Amino acid sequence: MTADSMGTNENVLSVRGLKVDFTTPDGDVNAVKGIDLDVKPGETLAVVGESGSGKSQTMMGIMGLLANNGRVAGSARYRGKELVGLPVKGLNEVRGSKITMIFQEPMTSLDPLYTIGRQIAEPLVHHKGMTFKQAKVRVLELLKLVGIPEPERRMNSYPHEMSGGQRQRVMIAMALANEPDLLIADEPTTALDVTIQAQILDLLRSLQQRFGMAVVLITHDLGIVKHFADRVVVMRRGEVVEKGSIKEIFEQPKEDYTKMLLAAEPSGIKEPPADTAPIILEGRNVSVDFAIGGGFFFGSNTSFRAVDGVSVRLKKGQTIGIVGESGSGKSTLGRALLRLLPSSGHYHFADKNISNFDRSAMRPLRKELQLVFQDPYGSLSPRQTVGEIITEGLLIHEPQLSRADRDKRAIAALKEVGLDPAARNRYPHEFSGGQRQRIAIARAVILKPKVVILDEPTSALDRSVQGQVIELLRDLQAKHGLSYIFISHDLAVIKAMSDYVIVMKNGKIVEEGPTEEIFDSPHQAYTKTLMAAAFDLE
Amino acid sequence: MTDLTDIPTTLIPPEESKGRSLFQLAVIRFRRNRAAMSGIVMLTLITIFSFFGPYVISHSYDQVFPSYVTVPPSLEPLPKAETLGDVMKGVADRARVELRDFAVEDDSFTATIHSDQPIDPRSTRYFDRANEFDNTQVTATEEDGRTLKLTGEVHREYFPFGTDANGRDMLARIMLGGQISLAVGFLASLVSLAVGVTYGAISGYIGGRIDNVMMRLVEILYSLPFVFLVVVLVVFFGRSFILIFLVIGAVEWLDMARIVRGQTLALKRREFIGAAQALGLTDWQIIRRHIIPNTIGPVIVFVTVVVPKVILLESFLSFLGLGVQAPLTSWGALISEGANKMQSAPWLLIFPAIFFVVTLFSLNFIGDGLRDALDPKDR
Repeated sequence: MTADSMGTNENVLSVRGLKVDFTTPDGDVNAVKGIDLDVKPGETLAVVGESGSGKSQTMMGIMGLLANNGRVAGSARYRGKELVGLPVKGLNEVRGSKITMIFQEPMTSLDPLYTIGRQIAEPLVHHKGMTFKQAKVRVLELLKLVGIPEPERRMNSYPHEMSGGQRQRVMIAMALANEPDLLIADEPTTALDVTIQAQILDLLRSLQQRFGMAVVLITHDLGIVKHFADRVVVMRRGEVVEKGSIKEIFEQPKEDYTKMLLAAEPSGIKEPPADTAPIILEGRNVSVDFAIGGGFFFGSNTSFRAVDGVSVRLKKGQTIGIVGESGSGKSTLGRALLRLLPSSGHYHFADKNISNFDRSAMRPLRKELQLVFQDPYGSLSPRQTVGEIITEGLLIHEPQLSRADRDKRAIAALKEVGLDPAARNRYPHEFSGGQRQRIAIARAVILKPKVVILDEPTSALDRSVQGQVIELLRDLQAKHGLSYIFISHDLAVIKAMSDYVIVMKNGKIVEEGPTEEIFDSPHQAYTKTLMAAAFDLE
Repeated sequence: MTDLTDIPTTLIPPEESKGRSLFQLAVIRFRRNRAAMSGIVMLTLITIFSFFGPYVISHSYDQVFPSYVTVPPSLEPLPKAETLGDVMKGVADRARVELRDFAVEDDSFTATIHSDQPIDPRSTRYFDRANEFDNTQVTATEEDGRTLKLTGEVHREYFPFGTDANGRDMLARIMLGGQISLAVGFLASLVSLAVGVTYGAISGYIGGRIDNVMMRLVEILYSLPFVFLVVVLVVFFGRSFILIFLVIGAVEWLDMARIVRGQTLALKRREFIGAAQALGLTDWQIIRRHIIPNTIGPVIVFVTVVVPKVILLESFLSFLGLGVQAPLTSWGALISEGANKMQSAPWLLIFPAIFFVVTLFSLNFIGDGLRDALDPKDR
């Protein structure tokens, strides 16, 4: 016992045999199955794992933030003080003051009703007993610390007036307000653009060095881990698979799972199609305007140009990768090319001028032009079975098919995307993210399209699943001679998938060219920053 | 690699080839909610009582019992044995005969009457004329017809809920009131459901100027005073059962349209709607196949709130005298009548009120249970 308590005193946080269970209608789910962890003062411990590995639930369990049906057992000591089973009052002395957290979603973890100055002051007022007036000085200091420009003015801003990166900085400022010993960062940069991601990580590192606090970094991104952490814990299905220093894990991984994770980086290249390949889809001088505001009687008076005079030529069998940060207009461009949005410009599909086609004229062509979305959770209607979802297009475009024929086609399509045909009687919520994305792909390929626009199809997936989906997309392309437009912010995926790359910013093309040229010798400064931010980490 | 792909498949038991839909999951959650389940049981019992009860009891809702006006509720048969004697005496007086002997055994009576003159056997019709007696026959004639022995059947009535001021059985009237109140409640809710969901989904999905126009129309209808609208309609078309639920449905759909429109606006941004557009579905197909099924959760919950609201509205109309016409009645009308005689005959108020309150409670519990069961946050 004495040896144990001595051991725990050295560590900021010491976790022994921690279990997290959830009671669900289908019985108990063991999210975390008895894990051991130690966090030493001033170090950065990365907890790595794919979604569902229990990495976030471990920390939520320690902080007493589990959902109502969750239970935590075992032991978690903060400097020798047991946190598990502590009543909320006791827990509040530690959390928010000694141990603080930042979350993944900077868009939703700030309260939209309060100014950021007030929100940062909140922990100071609660834990240090300051008044809001006294806290103001400290808030200014914190905003300066996390690198928010014009902190005096920004203090009175509301969250919606700030960008994602700035909001994440505000979250960090809140977490630092009480000078914690331990900062738990749960996927702090996942929702951010690559360039912003690098800035936030640099900020975290410099702050850590200044204050000497320990950081627990929960992430699925091994690039970040390698760059940022001292030690790594690899988790899988609620258990610790392997732990060790960065060097040990990255250079001599012992477990197969760790090796697999390290190898899951998308790889391979796409050969460009022959020069003689015909152009299948072309958009010249594409512009999209969105109306902002406007009333009932006066119509809209202001508009925002999301895509500004962009031209794209897609050859048969080609994959064009469109890269850009959020707000660059890349998704809008994809939808405009499919004529799903009101837009101006000239459009040709398979030698047909479709510039003036309205919705009903486009309808027969929809079969040839398909779209796969980013969010595998949102793109499938939760009230339909998988069979209904994937055969819906057949109902529209091949109404002569009988029910049995449609069923046959559904079975074939599901097999093609590597799913069990029995899946067609199930509902989307019973599938994992990767499986859902396969269903979404099945819905597109069942119509035997010529062009598929892939809008961030892998961004919401774990790296290893990402690899499988990329593999699947490649196979389908080879088999059916598909042409892809691949929209993504993830340069590694773009590099593996496409033979031609378009870099977009603020609705305009910054640079375009064959993949190798863009990745090996970018000309524009913006492309260079993008590359540096993405590949420096890895 | 292969190891990873099999994780999700192992989570799904292979023998279970049919998936559980969100709706089925909601049903499972709902079943576990005791209050909501007892609400369902109570509502079913009340429905059975209202719709099948009239076939079991012998009185009809418009049958008048002049002998039993404003009788308090009792489990004993009426008239009671002691009062029967008085009734018989009264009848004998009217027939100008003397009652010598009177006895009641089960459903028949025996009586001996005497007069100074021979009694005309036809005077037995005096006995039949009373509500309580029937089929009176002469069994023996004594003293040259001056004494007659009579037998006949006794009518004894049960009024467990008492009778109203017109001598009608409250039990039968509450059953009828239940039929009308429940029917109005559910039919008017269906009207508002059909109109509101369609209107709201179209308005929300098409959006833009059409949405603007459609929603302004809703606001204009909102601003019309409800009672005024009803009075005008009643004056023009007369009072009728159909009119009542049309009027109520016509007012209630406004709320439904707003709720569905809000849901639709949120759904419209979801990617599966975009996917449907990319598949080439027409607007109407998208509304029918994707928008409406996905609004069903909040809509069902809202309907369970609308049903009691409609029943209350109908009661309010009946209370004002604008509801169903006598001899038809509804719980609202019964409560209104009962309220007028609260002090002299409290049972006229208490019994319909109990049924009404229990129904409203049940519906509210069911609504609560459904909201919990369908709450997307619980998924």
